[in-house]
Amino acid sequence: MALTYDEVMAKYEPVLGLEVHVELNTQSKMFCGCSTIFGAEPNTQTCPVCLALPGALPTVNEKAIESTIKIGLALNCSIAPFSRFARKNYFYPDMPKNFQISQYDEPICVNGYVDVEIETDEGPKVFRIEIERVHMEEDTGKSLHVGGATGRIHGAEYSLLDYNRAGIPLVEIVTKIVPGTGKYAPEVAKAYVAELRDILRSLGVSDVKMEQGSLRCDANVSLRLIGVETLGTRSETKNVNSLRSVERAIRGEMIRHAELLNKGEPVVQETRHFQEDTGLTRSGRSKEQAEDYRYFPEPDLVPVAPDAAWIETLRAALPERPSIHRKRLQEAWAVPDKEMAAMINADVLNIVEATVNLGADPAKARSWWLGEISRIANDKEVAVANLPITPTDVAEIVALVSAGELTDKLARQVIEGVIAGEGKPAAVIASRGIKVVNDDGALMAAIEKVCNEQPETAEKIRNGHLPAAGALIGAVMKETKGQADAARVRTLLLTHLGQGE
Amino acid sequence: MIRNSAAEMAAKLNAGDITSVELTQLHLDRIASVDTDVHAFLYVNNEGALAQAAEVDAKRAAGEKMSPLAGVPLALKDVMTQKGVPTTCGSKILEGWRPPYDSTVVTNLKNNDIVILGKTNMDEFAMGSSTENSAYGPTHNPWDLSRIPGGSGGGSSAALAAFEAPLAIGTDTGGSIRQPAAVTGTVGVKPTYGGVSRFGLVAFSSSLDQAGPCARTVLDAALLHEAIAGHDPKDSTSINAPVPQVVAAAKSGDVKGMKIGVVKELNGDGYQSGVRTRFEESLELLAAAGAEIVEVSAPNFEYALAAYYLIAPSECSSNLARFDAMRYGLRVGDIDGASAESVMNLTREVGFGREVKRRIILGTYALSSGYYDAYYGSAQKVRTLITQDFNKAFEKCDVMVSPTCPTTAFKIGEKSNDPIAMYLNDIATIPVNMAGIGGMSLPAGLAPEDSLPVGFQIMAPAMKDERMYLVGAALEAALLSKWGAPLLSQIPALAGK
Repeated sequence: MALTYDEVMAKYEPVLGLEVHVELNTQSKMFCGCSTIFGAEPNTQTCPVCLALPGALPTVNEKAIESTIKIGLALNCSIAPFSRFARKNYFYPDMPKNFQISQYDEPICVNGYVDVEIETDEGPKVFRIEIERVHMEEDTGKSLHVGGATGRIHGAEYSLLDYNRAGIPLVEIVTKIVPGTGKYAPEVAKAYVAELRDILRSLGVSDVKMEQGSLRCDANVSLRLIGVETLGTRSETKNVNSLRSVERAIRGEMIRHAELLNKGEPVVQETRHFQEDTGLTRSGRSKEQAEDYRYFPEPDLVPVAPDAAWIETLRAALPERPSIHRKRLQEAWAVPDKEMAAMINADVLNIVEATVNLGADPAKARSWWLGEISRIANDKEVAVANLPITPTDVAEIVALVSAGELTDKLARQVIEGVIAGEGKPAAVIASRGIKVVNDDGALMAAIEKVCNEQPETAEKIRNGHLPAAGALIGAVMKETKGQADAARVRTLLLTHLGQGE
Repeated sequence: MIRNSAAEMAAKLNAGDITSVELTQLHLDRIASVDTDVHAFLYVNNEGALAQAAEVDAKRAAGEKMSPLAGVPLALKDVMTQKGVPTTCGSKILEGWRPPYDSTVVTNLKNNDIVILGKTNMDEFAMGSSTENSAYGPTHNPWDLSRIPGGSGGGSSAALAAFEAPLAIGTDTGGSIRQPAAVTGTVGVKPTYGGVSRFGLVAFSSSLDQAGPCARTVLDAALLHEAIAGHDPKDSTSINAPVPQVVAAAKSGDVKGMKIGVVKELNGDGYQSGVRTRFEESLELLAAAGAEIVEVSAPNFEYALAAYYLIAPSECSSNLARFDAMRYGLRVGDIDGASAESVMNLTREVGFGREVKRRIILGTYALSSGYYDAYYGSAQKVRTLITQDFNKAFEKCDVMVSPTCPTTAFKIGEKSNDPIAMYLNDIATIPVNMAGIGGMSLPAGLAPEDSLPVGFQIMAPAMKDERMYLVGAALEAALLSKWGAPLLSQIPALAGK
């Protein structure tokens, strides 16, 4: 019998540990000049260095160091005056050198923290997540295992290797253990990853697209009996590719651990893979025998010793912290808490801000992005940001509506057209022949026609029964193919039938 | 002609006495004639070398300004990549691999119009002191074909001694330039670590490897040194500073007032008597030339060999991990249903020789968790102590000197089954690599008991490479006037074809 979450929480305390890998958005790779653009033909973005040809040597991408220091500063870390790269040795076909250049005992940033606020039973509460380290490393290539079971190397008929990703700069952000979150553990973890994502985005150092893997989270969870000091055995869940999955994976693991512990069975220290469809994890490789990576300082690279003045320059140039930025926007736009939360949840805050910055009214911008556009995104099951409509498009549409050149209804058609790939708003308006009928003469002709067709309804209105006007307005709109301004139609109709002001 | 120095050949090219194509052809003919006996080359690039020589001749004919060694041929150790030319590192695992890029050393050679004849034999992945560890058979010492030419760069030094090339490139991780130079009666220089780019040098031990010039005279070595040295942004460990003025030093050879420190610990017991005789004689000649001879001590040198055999294997265990059959080189066991893991295992089993495997295993062990501090960690501390020994000694002298090797060339096969005896050959050369400083070996004459060449080693502080050339040039000049002709004029003639 499966345990409920409340039953788990009555007995156990969860302890979290989160490792987030961030792909930096540098133009070139971590240790060579190859392009990092996503989605190129396999093995077209490679060179002797990232293919690990004999004799090739790595050189450090300065921009990646700068981005990492910025991240460290934004996460309140100290920046090491001297740090080193290290080799992490293990054999795998998609790792060209059969070692990964990473950092080990001398990372570039240490000892930081991030505060996250979540809604609790007692109202909003801040949890401090302590950061142990932020370090640089390179990504591996990609294996595609064909045939066999579930895309794994064992049992595959053959495997294809793509080294385009090999050497893409990664930053790993590792928390200290996070106790004391109690039943809010899943929400705190989700809020932490969301905050981290917002911070990284504000720094402009990464695309932070979880679904494309530019932000990846490994969630470590262990349980201990309430009141017990000793940490329980942890599992490490990989493949957590959305904020929602962070929450689900942790909740699921807590329940799984509790069930094992209740049965008196041990939790195995292992890597587990989150499965989006079921919300469960499956066992990956066991870490019972700790792998020996034989770390040692990378002799091909000189140590990283950033200039103190440079660090201060970077610190001074840090953007506003996202949480503060959000508060400022909320005040400026006079948005209620609930709507603000809705925008954050729907992940449209930045887009709305960009739209407002282009001159759109905040309330209008918000309502388009959160309403019509979010609805289309939901239908298509894609993120709003990935729809082919830009803040510029929306700002233009908002402007047209307020100029009276579009009605809300017509604006929806324009948005639909832009998203359907029919072009920019102007092009959609032109090709669909969308225009507000402003010509009172044309509207009057339609009104007279409709009144003649429905004399009884017209008569009711003449007699003061105003609710009947809706039917005639609808008929006029139909007559004008929806291009009339309904409010204007109403005014003209009522005046025509002797019910004007 | 082929017995001339590189500088003399360059002068004749400049004077129009000979073309580079003719000079190159003479050397290719010599290789064709004697290399079946010597086996210095793994690959002779007849067409490529002649094509390059023709280009140089055309440039010269067009009146372009030529670099000092333009048109002179050179032999390249098979550990450096050259675009399109097979590069094996003396290993089966790279058989058939043609690099798609030039090492920086090769780029510099080409920019200086130095003609590359081909690739020379070496101990597999530069691991060895005799060139017997080559997967393609040993190189023979031209002084006595039954003896080793040193290693790992035995091919490069033997090519010089056999007059197959006037210049060669070597690499030196623990003595692989200097020890072959010593036992073949030639000159070899390991520049300061970072002085010559390692980009395209197939790594054995990254923190110790250093490419350098091999030649028959000190001046030739200096000319080649200047051609290949300099900062390279593709090598993070490359030094961003002007190249030491080694050619000027080699031309001057003025040692008046210089203090030459004799390393107490690199002499005496364990050194062959003829080696000591020649070493003492060289010291007297240097003193006569105006240098002051002092004794210096480096107490931690005795740990150098042990520390070296932890650091070098550790780094090599990681550096050689890339040879996994996935992207290039040998692939064994790739049959239907074979896993990547089994292909990797079989390829490495078949592709690597015994010495390479021995060092990979040693290094893997030394880096293992639980052993790291005791082995790799301690070895790094010894390295620091050795550097401190050098620093202290250099407070008392300008250069330090010792015999390059404890003995003259031994017989092929003599030490093959005794790795420790083989490793001991590098006892005097290893400290230089551990400290990252420069070292030179030049001929000090023949040991009376076996009439085989003895090497004299000069060590200079980091980026003071010119001091080795000053002292080397002084000693070379003094010995030349004593002998009346270069040492190599005494080498027995090779039968040839």
